[in-house]
This record gives sequence, C-alpha cells and structure tokens, in this order.
Amino acid sequence: MRRALDLSAPIVFVALLLSVWEIAVQALHTPPYLLPAPSAVAAAFEQNRAILIDSALTTLVMALWALAIASIAACAIALTVALSPLAERSVRPIAVALQVTPIVAIAPLVNIWAGLDHPQRAVIGLAAVVAFFPIFSGAVTGLKAADPDLERLFDLYGATRLQRLRRLRLPAAVPFLLEGHKVAAGLAVIGAVVAEFVSGSGGSQGLAWRLLEAANRLQTAKMFAALLILGLMGVAAHAAFQALETWALKEWRGR
Amino acid sequence: MTAFAQMSGAQMATVAALQSVEVAYGRGPALGPFSLRLELGEIVALVGPSGCGKSTALRLLAGLEAPTRGEVLRTAGPGETSVVFQAPTLMPWATGLDNVALPLELAGVPRPQARERAAAALAWVKLKGAEDAKPAQLSGGMAMRASLARALVTGPRLLLLDEPFAALDEITRRDLAADIHRLWAAAKPAIVFVTHNVEEAVFMASRVLVMTPGPGRLQAEMRVDAPLPRPQGFRVSSLFREAVEQVSAALAEGMTA
Repeated sequence: MRRALDLSAPIVFVALLLSVWEIAVQALHTPPYLLPAPSAVAAAFEQNRAILIDSALTTLVMALWALAIASIAACAIALTVALSPLAERSVRPIAVALQVTPIVAIAPLVNIWAGLDHPQRAVIGLAAVVAFFPIFSGAVTGLKAADPDLERLFDLYGATRLQRLRRLRLPAAVPFLLEGHKVAAGLAVIGAVVAEFVSGSGGSQGLAWRLLEAANRLQTAKMFAALLILGLMGVAAHAAFQALETWALKEWRGR
Repeated sequence: MTAFAQMSGAQMATVAALQSVEVAYGRGPALGPFSLRLELGEIVALVGPSGCGKSTALRLLAGLEAPTRGEVLRTAGPGETSVVFQAPTLMPWATGLDNVALPLELAGVPRPQARERAAAALAWVKLKGAEDAKPAQLSGGMAMRASLARALVTGPRLLLLDEPFAALDEITRRDLAADIHRLWAAAKPAIVFVTHNVEEAVFMASRVLVMTPGPGRLQAEMRVDAPLPRPQGFRVSSLFREAVEQVSAALAEGMTA
C-alpha cells in the first residue's frame, strides 16, 4: 500500500501539472508559439516522431562515442599518473584547466581542427572533453584508494609494482571508476547537445539541431517535443548506468 | 607463580630483535629507546596505553618501517613474517580462498598449489565452506579467522598480531585466542601480540612487556609460568589473577611516572 502510494505519487503529480497547463492555455487563449498546450506538444511529437527519434539516436551515438574516447584517454592517463607522482604533478594543472574552461569557448577551435566538413567529429571531441574529467578524477582517486594496511601487506610479501597494480590498485579502483563513468555518461549527453548547438551546421543532425530548426521557425510545440525526448533520453541513460553500477558493485563485493 | 623476568638459560634461536630503537615522526618521538629480543617459539605480549608506539614496534619487527635510531635484527627471510592487523584487512573484491592464497601467489607459488594450500589453511581455522564467500558476506569473527588463515598459509617463523581482537565480541575473542594457541602449538613460531587489554596479554603470552606512555619505553617485563595452550579454568586460577594484578600495577606505575 505504502509502496503503491510512493510509486503513484510522481505520476499523479505530473498528470495534475499537465492538466492545469492544458486548462490554463485553453482558457487564456495563449498563442501557440509562446506556450503550446500539452495536447499540441503531443500532436507535434506524433507528427515528427520518426525524425525526432532519428535525431535522438544521432545525439546518443555521438555521446556514446565521446564517452568511449574519454574513458580510454582518462584511464590511460590516470594509469600513467598513478605509476609516477611526477607525472601526476605535471598533468593535474592541465586537466583542471581543461575542466574549468567552458566547452563553448573551445568549440570554435575544435571546429577548425575537426574540419568544417566533419561537424560530428567536433561534437564528439567536445563531448569527450566534458566527459573526460570525472573518469580521470575517479581513476586517479581510486588507484590510490586501497586500504593502507593492504598496501603494507603487499610490502611485507615483497610484491612487485606490476603485482601491486594488477592485484591491489586496479581492483580497489573499480567502485571509483564506476561512479566516474556514471557521472561522465550524463555529462557526455549534455556535452553532445551543447556542442551541437555551437558546432552544429546541419551536418550533424542531432536533437540540438532539431531544436534550433524548430526555434527558428517558431514551431514551439516541436521544440517541446524535442525537449521531451531529450529529457527521456537523459533519464534512460542515467537509469541504465545506475543499474550497471549497482550490478557491478554487487558483483565486486559479493553483496 | 609469576616472577619478574629471568631469561631462561637455554640458548634459543633469535628470530628478531630491536636494539635501542627510537622512532620519531614529524609530530615528535613515537617510540623508544626500546629493546626486545624475540626467540623462536615464544609468545610475547606488548601491553601499553594508546599511542605508546606498540604498533610502531610491530612494524619495525615486520621490516615495514626503519627506526630513526638503533638497530633492527631480523632472521626471518622474506615470506617468513606474517602480520594480522586490527581489522581483517581482506581484499573486498576477492573471495576467501583468493584472499588467503594471496601471499603464496605474490611469492610465485603456482595458482593451483596456492589455492590448495589456502583451502587447507581455511579448513584449519574452521572456515571450510567460506572459500567462495566475499569478505562482506563473512561475520566479523569469520573475517578475522580468514585473516589469520592468510597469515599462517606461508608457515611463518614470525607472526605479528596487532590488536587482532579489538573489534570482536567476547566469545569470538576467546575462540580466536584458542586458535592462535593451537597454531602456535602446531608450528611453534615466535608470536608478538600487541594489546591494551591486560587480561588478554596474560592469557596469550609467555612473556609480557609493559610499555610506558608514548614515546614508549620498557616499564616492566614478566613471565607467565603456565603451560601453553592454557589449561581449562586458567582465567580463574590464582596465577592468572596475580599476573594480571602485577601487569596492571606496572601499567599504572608507568602512567604516573
């Protein structure tokens, strides 16, 4: 009973909000380019379903590419850094500088490097920059997170550097890597959309492009439809990675 | 009968010794000057208040740290020293068997043999059936047993125990104490047992060293002249009570000195 109430509460609340919205728009005769009624949004979604879903998949694929690239780069650099404190001191400031620089500020530069004919590459590159930091940070922290007494145990039994890395540091880093990838996955989707706003030129037809297109034509209902699918995609991506993290952590510690 | 230390005349093999060692960390002196000679087959308890450098002395004996001054003598070769920490210190991602096999595998013992010996060690501490369990699935006492199995799997000559019972309940504590005596009777390693519990020290050890508050020095040294493993009812014997009184008195004296 309690559980049913917990589950139904958000659904009822959203339904209530939508009803108020619908009634208010109808009663006040709000112009549809300013605020379309939920029914109009639904109609716009129905009309443009194929192209919206296609665009969403384009954005998703770009985000996943960005995540993969960021993951490989971040793990490789973190591993190098973990083996040498000097390397960490050298790399850290650059990584931080990269993180605090707004992605829109470096977009034009990445556009030039990617070549104006390849806007997708620019989008992937920019989203990868955004997704890089949480994975890198998690990996660096995780590789140092082993129990100090376990480190002493490895000292005691004369473990080699490779043994220590493979049997202690890497497995100890797993929870931190999972968390980093989960955060990075969300950021990669956001990064891909933002990057597309800046670099998109019709050559990369993701969701951001649909939003720009609809905005330029004052098709506000279609914008809402695109936003809706963007939101749903974000929630789905987050839920998927959350489930993956929960499952992997359970495997990792056996409970 | 408990008497102040009189080293037995018989010449025994020294496993490890600290010679006037002093350890200072950034925040000041932590230990010493302190000396200790450890013979094969004896159980020595280090008793002292928190922060007196007991654990530091243990790390010196293990070769995990170097003294600021003084000398550490160790005759146990690599792999012949084992440490059991306050917490079980198991790898949370590895099964019981993998955790216990770790010291052997690090030393290059082939995996099948290492696992076979690890399984035997687990059975020895009455943990048969916990081979595939991860540490989170074990109770506190079971995890500590697994930790003990990992320490004894290499057949150590020097076994160092750093307050291994601190986090356990009384019943588990007594069980584990019996296990350690059983292990000692089977292989006769030298055991150093660090604790701040006087009764535990007297129950476990053939020789009790009382330390002063940090930086720890030797306050008193006494023998417990009772057979090991302890006979039934040892905890209520007058010998046990007297020894506990003497150690407590020495501890109190050290605190006020």
